[in-house]
Amino acid sequence: MLDVSGLSKTYGEGERVTHAIAELSFSVAEGEFVCVVGPSGCGKTTLLRCMAGLLAPTSGRVTLRGHVVDGPPEQIGFVFQEYSRSLMPWLSLRDNIALPLRHKALGRDERNRLVEDAVESVGLTGFMDHYPWELSGGMQQRVAIARALAYQPEILLMDEPFASVDAQTRADLEDLVLRVRTAYGVTVVFVTHDIDEAVYLGDRVVVLTPPPTAVQEVLPVGLPEPRDQVETKELPEFAHLRAHIFRSIKRKQPDAPDLPTPT
Amino acid sequence: MVAQRVRAARPRARTVAQTWSGVAAVLLLAEVAARTGLLPRRYFPPVTEMFAELGRQTTETSFWSAVGQTLQGWALGLGIAAAFAVPIGMLLGTSAVRYRAFRVIIEFLRPIPSVALVPLAILVYGVGLESKVFLAAFAAFWPLLIQTLYGMQDVDPVALDTARVFRLGRVERLTRVVLPGAVPYVATGLRISSSVALILAVTAELVIGSPGLGREINAARVGGATDLLYALIIVTGLLGWVLNALFAAGERRVLHWHPSQRGAR
Repeated sequence: MLDVSGLSKTYGEGERVTHAIAELSFSVAEGEFVCVVGPSGCGKTTLLRCMAGLLAPTSGRVTLRGHVVDGPPEQIGFVFQEYSRSLMPWLSLRDNIALPLRHKALGRDERNRLVEDAVESVGLTGFMDHYPWELSGGMQQRVAIARALAYQPEILLMDEPFASVDAQTRADLEDLVLRVRTAYGVTVVFVTHDIDEAVYLGDRVVVLTPPPTAVQEVLPVGLPEPRDQVETKELPEFAHLRAHIFRSIKRKQPDAPDLPTPT
Repeated sequence: MVAQRVRAARPRARTVAQTWSGVAAVLLLAEVAARTGLLPRRYFPPVTEMFAELGRQTTETSFWSAVGQTLQGWALGLGIAAAFAVPIGMLLGTSAVRYRAFRVIIEFLRPIPSVALVPLAILVYGVGLESKVFLAAFAAFWPLLIQTLYGMQDVDPVALDTARVFRLGRVERLTRVVLPGAVPYVATGLRISSSVALILAVTAELVIGSPGLGREINAARVGGATDLLYALIIVTGLLGWVLNALFAAGERRVLHWHPSQRGAR
């Protein structure tokens, strides 16, 4: 459904050129939950921004159902890591979530229903008229998820969405994402630097190399559904997978920081 | 989990007492200094007499029309400045090319003290209201323009990416994301420009003799009416204070979502 083929991204020119992404290909199938994991600074965010049409790749391309992505497609919803900056502080929860719906051809009732359903599915009913900054970080990220869901995307791109919330909230949010994914039948691409999170959430895990980034390997997860924070993580398969990915990333990571190779 | 909306109420009477104790002390000191002859009586009458004169003035229609004339100059000057500065700031702030093209002109015109334009104002507009309004508008234009420019340029890139990824149109991006983010800057600009416009309005009245409080102050000096002189100076100060308080109250309402105003509702 969503294909990344031969994607590369370089910043700068001449001697100052930085290869953020060397060459990268993988596909996301309809209804799938794909986690992209890699060491920090490996261009995960760059990759996701290219997939969302926010950033033009230097070469290669992203296609959505065969159409080249050259700007944000309407089938894509996005959840940013920086929830407090992505939500508009001057809008209430209701207005924040309705903001992307204003230009869709929807009746008022239809729009209200979408907003209310989304808010209910992230468990924030009763906070409709609050402002984002009146809520905790975890709740704000739930608002951002609700906004993306109400937009009715076919694909949800999530950029390290839980990197800045505490561990307990994070576990709750992970389960929330798994729930709404089923409820909304949405395809998810989830970028994270947390190997446990990737294994716990994903149907498949795409492991990236350090920059210049390429795909190190793609692993099917195959853990039983529904996932459970305690039981799933107790399984030997879970431990095995996370150890495998950990070694895979570790092996590729240089012991000492290399000098940039002249190009 | 929800942040508190209500700030802990401080004992109100005590705060008020603390605020005004300094004012009372200074006034008392000035009064005593004048009464004991520590300050020359001729140039510095006791505070009570200044306020007595001020009280007398409030019953005079000529006083209120002077206040009205000064406020008229202030309002027209600020209004004209805002009518130009905000749209121009929006226009230049949304394009790096336009900003670069006009930056030098702005940086050249901005530091010109408005008072240096007094002869020009007299030449073009004479000694009436127009001169006063022109000077106030010119001076008030710059702080507001600069603030609007900064506001437009300081839009959060994540908010812009959000607008793009959710396919907001150009107009919606401007009205729903960029402009609300710039409002705090514009509000600050308005408050600064309001003070500047008042200063220039009074200056024009003093220097050019346009009708208003400034001209009355000059007249009081010529007539040797020291009490009146001070009473009028106090009024200009009070005007500035009231206008500033009005703008601050407006900001509290409009910017209740802004970090500087949260909890002040």
